[in-house]
Amino acid sequence: MAGLKIDNVTKTFTTFNALSNVSLEVANGEFVAVLGPSGCGKTTLLRLVAGFEKVNDGTITVGGKIMSSPALNVPPELRRVGIVFQNYALWPHMTVAENVGYSLKVAKVAKGEREHRIDEALALVDLKGYGDRRPANLSGGQRQRVALARCLVSAPSLVLFDEPLANLDVHLRASMEDEFASFHKRTGTTIIYITHDQAEAMALADRIAVMDQGHLVQFATPRQLYEEPATEMVASFIAQGMVLPAEILSPPENKRCRVQVLGQEAEFRCRPDQMMTAAAKVCVRAAEIETVETGGIAVTVKRVIYRGGGARIEAAPAHRPDLELHFDLPDPRRLEEGETTAIRVTSGWVIPQEILE
Amino acid sequence: MTMQTEERQGFDTALIAGVIFIVATLSVVPMFRLVLEIVLPQGGLSSAPLRAALSSSATWTATWHSLQVGIGGTLLAVALGTSVALLVSLTDVRGRSAFVLLYVVPLLIAPQVTALAWLQLFGPASPVLKLLGMAPPLGSKNPLYSTTGIILLLGVQYGPLVFLIVRAGLRKLPRELVEAGLSGGAGRWTVLRTVILPLMTPSIIGATALAFVSCVGNFGIPAFLGIPANYLVLPTLIYQRLAGGGPAVLSEVAVLSMLIGIIAMAGILAQDYISRRRDYRIASTSLPSAPFELGRWRPFVEALMWLLIVVVLVLPVVGLFLTSLVSAYGVPLNRKTVTLANYGFVMFDHAAASRAFLNSFSLSIAAALFAVIIAVPLAYMITWRQRWWTSGLNLLAELPYALPGVVLAIASLLLFLKPLPIVGLHIYNTIWIILYAYLARFLVLALRPTISGLHQIDRSLEEAAQVAGARLTYRMRTIVFPLVAPATLAGGVLIFMTAFSELTVSALLWASGSETIGVVIFSFEQGGDSNYAAAISVLTVAITFFLMLLTNLFAQHLPTGVLPWRD
Repeated sequence: MAGLKIDNVTKTFTTFNALSNVSLEVANGEFVAVLGPSGCGKTTLLRLVAGFEKVNDGTITVGGKIMSSPALNVPPELRRVGIVFQNYALWPHMTVAENVGYSLKVAKVAKGEREHRIDEALALVDLKGYGDRRPANLSGGQRQRVALARCLVSAPSLVLFDEPLANLDVHLRASMEDEFASFHKRTGTTIIYITHDQAEAMALADRIAVMDQGHLVQFATPRQLYEEPATEMVASFIAQGMVLPAEILSPPENKRCRVQVLGQEAEFRCRPDQMMTAAAKVCVRAAEIETVETGGIAVTVKRVIYRGGGARIEAAPAHRPDLELHFDLPDPRRLEEGETTAIRVTSGWVIPQEILE
Repeated sequence: MTMQTEERQGFDTALIAGVIFIVATLSVVPMFRLVLEIVLPQGGLSSAPLRAALSSSATWTATWHSLQVGIGGTLLAVALGTSVALLVSLTDVRGRSAFVLLYVVPLLIAPQVTALAWLQLFGPASPVLKLLGMAPPLGSKNPLYSTTGIILLLGVQYGPLVFLIVRAGLRKLPRELVEAGLSGGAGRWTVLRTVILPLMTPSIIGATALAFVSCVGNFGIPAFLGIPANYLVLPTLIYQRLAGGGPAVLSEVAVLSMLIGIIAMAGILAQDYISRRRDYRIASTSLPSAPFELGRWRPFVEALMWLLIVVVLVLPVVGLFLTSLVSAYGVPLNRKTVTLANYGFVMFDHAAASRAFLNSFSLSIAAALFAVIIAVPLAYMITWRQRWWTSGLNLLAELPYALPGVVLAIASLLLFLKPLPIVGLHIYNTIWIILYAYLARFLVLALRPTISGLHQIDRSLEEAAQVAGARLTYRMRTIVFPLVAPATLAGGVLIFMTAFSELTVSALLWASGSETIGVVIFSFEQGGDSNYAAAISVLTVAITFFLMLLTNLFAQHLPTGVLPWRD
């Protein structure tokens, strides 16, 4: 087991910058999810850590040993890093046991011990007795578990998951999520988990690294990401936060300040060093909007999406029709499309000013 | 640890360097030697051979003939191959896979066997015509000894080549494009003219270029049909010069082989130029479109297609077979004259012929094995380890096959005429020089299916082995080779079939003791022993057909498009 340190890593392909100055430190035994929309550079990051690609700048250190730098690239076969691939990458010409035992055979582990460790690994993923099957005869979830067993049999220092649930159907995803969580608990391995699904990342990870266009934009716990997004991108990417223009009316006091948003005043959470400005952006969650009988901000309902027990309302403020708001309206209250109503923003988070570096 | 790392890396580097070395030896070195001979004939700066070759009227007559039969044969092959491909791919004709299997056979039969078969069919001694009582009188000229005859046979031989390429293109035609045209109110003919054919332009142009290169480079057909009529094309001119003048005329025939190389290249470049002028890329792939119903025309079209099989395959093969059963030239075939003596003679009594079976068998097995072993690491580098130079490697491996066989044969002669400096290797006039040329020429036949096989395999299978700690050579053995083996082995079978009755290269490189089957057939026919030539040819056709059917059994394990004869 080992920690991972990614220090100022840049990766350029001929035409574009896949990663720009990414730094990330993962503690020993930590479960970190790398989250971002497609094309954000998360897969490149994984391939750099695994050693399939070389860095242009910066270093990658695993367990205190430099693995990648512009001058040095330890080949993947010598990194002792495990990968669980999106499509499982099980070898179709081998049995389950041969798949799992491959790395032991490469390491010339004696036959008796090899079989023992294969059985152990298969037992860990609940596939005892499946050793003689072929991957083609297994279900999607079983294949994923074989891939997991193959990866843990060699006790790697670090395990990389490359969108492992993307190919599974919704029912299986939840049970595999449990599987991964208990795998992490049992083995205590350091895990880097690549995904574009924020619910998956939130459910599994100790910390989440959010990436966008080759940059690391925020690296924090799931709760922090939700409550205190660092940028507009994180705010809107995580749980569909609404990003609204606002004016900061008071200096922060006890990490709170007075804010005017949509012509209404409210007390918002903010950083202790938040400056007063007329051009701030705030992040408001659906739960932080409520309908009011009198006063409030007049909005026009654009769309009503029934969600069982209530509805998600999409609306636009009457004086700012370009902005989009959404909030949940529990039954029995009903709103129709085109109707006008009034709302109030109860709270929110002031997105820190992006400091130009 | 560091020591071990270096050792492992060293091993992998050696593998990569080895593959590059082999490709260079088989492609760059002979071609360089050929160019060197033209610039510096026999080691000195002289333009005498160049002038001698280019001022000879025979050179220009042969060039004109090459162009004549090249263009004529290509036009016929494209017309035949394209129409058959359209019928098979777009309409609801029945018995498709049997038809494709049989239609492709002429491509796999050596050209000299095709030529022999047709000669036996139409000649005055034709057992078929004699049976029908339609044979021309003995001594009259065979109508195939003519320009038209050569063009006809080239068209028959390479029609299937065009068919395969156009058929592959039509398979990729998305159903939506056809359906959008039909629902836009266009009739079938309009859709064919305005949608399908324009989209097939790159396939048709590519097939045309390939057919042209094959036609101008063909040796067997003009050798059997042209030489008796004193109608020489460049490959047969080279053969005659070399047979008459020996190594002394090598510099001169090097110029001739360059000339034919240039004509072939011009065809390829023209194709490249034409297909670059417009964008034909198809954005999506989907299911093939529903076949057009032929309705009451269907039996008629089907009958026509099977008539084609009868004409291009059944009749010639029957003619060949009957000739092989006749005791002597011109004897009519009946219960009294039928004999298997010809087979016994060529297999057991005739020393050179029985030697040729062993030679050709060993040569084709060796070439196939070698290609299978080299193709996997080579294809691996071209597809999964792309660098800026790997596509160049692919091109180099293609070159000895893309250029006409005579070019490679002359280059090999030049390369090995004198013992190789430093190593002192002397293989001129031995079977090894033929093996060298076969390795160079046929490597690509195993390389292509391996490349397309690797393209269909997810690379993460190899990466998974890599993170499991396996080094390159180990991964190659345990992961890459087992995964791609079916495709590569199918390529090996293709090499065996092609090399087994090969003539173009061995006609220029053989010596007494290293005869090949192709050479023996050619010698028998030139000496007037058509019956013996026919007997050997029947054996090679039987072996080819047997191998086709045998590999068909494994077809379900192969990536699509690897076995050309399987639809």
